[in-house]
Amino acid sequence: MPNKPGQAHFVAELEDTPVAAVDRLDENEKARSTWADAWDAMRRRPTFWVSAVLILLIAVVAAFPGLFTQVDPTACDLANSNADPAAGHPFGFNRQGCDVYARTIWGTQASVTVGLLAASVVTLFGVIVGSLAGYYGGWLDALVSRVGDIFFAIPTVLGAIVLMSVLPAATPVTIAFVLSIFAWPQIARIMRGAVLSASNSDYVMASTALGVSKFRILLRHVIPNAIAPVIVIATVSLGTFIVAEATLSFLGIGLPGTVMSWGNDIGTAQTSIVTSPQVLLYPAAALSITVLAFLMLGDILRDALDPTARATR
Amino acid sequence: MLWYTGRRVLQMIPVFFGATFLIYFMVFSLPGDPIAALFGDRTPSPGVIEQLRAQYNLDKPFIVQYFLYIAGFFQGDLGTTYSGRSVNDVMAAAFPITFRLAMLALLFEAVAGIVVGLIAGLRKGKLFDASALVVSLLLISVPTFVIGFVFRLTFGVQLGWFRTTVSGAAPWGELVLPAIVLASVSFAYIVRLTRASVADNLNADFVRTATAKGLSRRRVVSVHVLRNSLVPVVTFLGVDLGSLMVGAIVTEGIFNINGVGGTVFKAIRLGESTTVVSFIAVMVVIFVLANLLVDLLYAALDPRIRYAK
Repeated sequence: MPNKPGQAHFVAELEDTPVAAVDRLDENEKARSTWADAWDAMRRRPTFWVSAVLILLIAVVAAFPGLFTQVDPTACDLANSNADPAAGHPFGFNRQGCDVYARTIWGTQASVTVGLLAASVVTLFGVIVGSLAGYYGGWLDALVSRVGDIFFAIPTVLGAIVLMSVLPAATPVTIAFVLSIFAWPQIARIMRGAVLSASNSDYVMASTALGVSKFRILLRHVIPNAIAPVIVIATVSLGTFIVAEATLSFLGIGLPGTVMSWGNDIGTAQTSIVTSPQVLLYPAAALSITVLAFLMLGDILRDALDPTARATR
Repeated sequence: MLWYTGRRVLQMIPVFFGATFLIYFMVFSLPGDPIAALFGDRTPSPGVIEQLRAQYNLDKPFIVQYFLYIAGFFQGDLGTTYSGRSVNDVMAAAFPITFRLAMLALLFEAVAGIVVGLIAGLRKGKLFDASALVVSLLLISVPTFVIGFVFRLTFGVQLGWFRTTVSGAAPWGELVLPAIVLASVSFAYIVRLTRASVADNLNADFVRTATAKGLSRRRVVSVHVLRNSLVPVVTFLGVDLGSLMVGAIVTEGIFNINGVGGTVFKAIRLGESTTVVSFIAVMVVIFVLANLLVDLLYAALDPRIRYAK
């Protein structure tokens, strides 16, 4: 390439240099938030839409089971014990002669209630406790961290097994709270770490210099910037809480047999699994699809909210 | 490092007391009388009840009960079951079986998980990678007890490759299928962890340097990529012990294994509180120790990690 007249060395056109890219940025354009970026990254991925539609569907089934089946799940006829699918009963019958499809639909509510409630309680408590500990430090941090260590030392389902075995008559609400008691330290730890690193940032220092009160900085700047990893873990934990509830019900110390839930149905199905596997298959599939939907959503959220993961993709 | 080790060991002490107290509190001070439960529907004479209450320290204040129990714990006496058997004996019978089961499961999940995860990470975006991801997601979302039922039905009942129930002595061969079931969820997590870590490290500067100085791909992968990718996997294996213990309760129930999980499961159903407390206390100690070991290993494996004082 020839040198331009009057130039001793080759000089590239401005458009061909990296400087041009910086020049092209519009200064008047509004700064984009992490959340807007995350939303852009998520909506381009088909798995996001698959999991979103699944979760929406599951939520509707849980809220209005009557829309999806007219069969009474408690009207059981022993004459139909372990019978194959028939007209109006697409999934067949279980050992007691109840309609498996109707029971799977009506069982959604218990599982979803436990998962949603436990995940909300754990997230709310973990975020409050974790951010206070990380932000204010001192004795509060020491207290929260040491108490958290104690609860963290007891694996969630193990602790729940002990507590559930002494509690009378469980409901989805009690199970959710029992699971939360042993699960909150995980969220609190993550939140504490995220708040610690966020509160050392320049924008916090800037706000302090402007005279914004300490608590207001925590609410307006630190928590919004630290909460992303917690949201990912909370989404995934919703799925694991559903599995935990099913495990407790399967062990016979979760929901009582009178409550319709996937865990109970899977637990009772073990007696007839050899002769009629459909009794196990459908509630297990419903449970797995629900958990899968939340796991996928958590994965996509993690990719979208984590800038380092985005860079290597 | 020494300073850090000492501090971590000291931190374990309140965790141990706190966790055992919590478990003890849950089992003994919540509603429900273990002595009354022992007799079921029958009503024993008041004298018998009093004698039993004294024998199990139930007549003393709760906090005294706890410290008597802990004192016994440190002297190696874990108490007596309500049926009169020493908890030490029950544990001595149960632990070796579960130990072998857990070792098999750990071996399976570590070897298979790392191999599959490594291949998937090296071929990111290819068919093998995509199928490994799908399979691992499925394994995580299907509960262990469903996997247990399905494996038992297919490989035990229909194909007849394995025995469906494990006999009392639990020989190694019979533990293979339960170990695979127990390891399935963790296997999936290890695949995902190794894959992400390998894919990350392939882009790292030290790998570029190793390639640039002319090392074979085989050597780059086995020495530089794999070694660095194993750090998070080792950490996971330690934390995973907690889920293996819970998984053991389910898996041992399904395959009728008389290990720790099976014993805890039966003890819960029979209301054997002393057995439950002792077993879970020992499990918690193992879990806490494993976490400590992993934190120390972490520093040894990755010299970049320096602990702040």
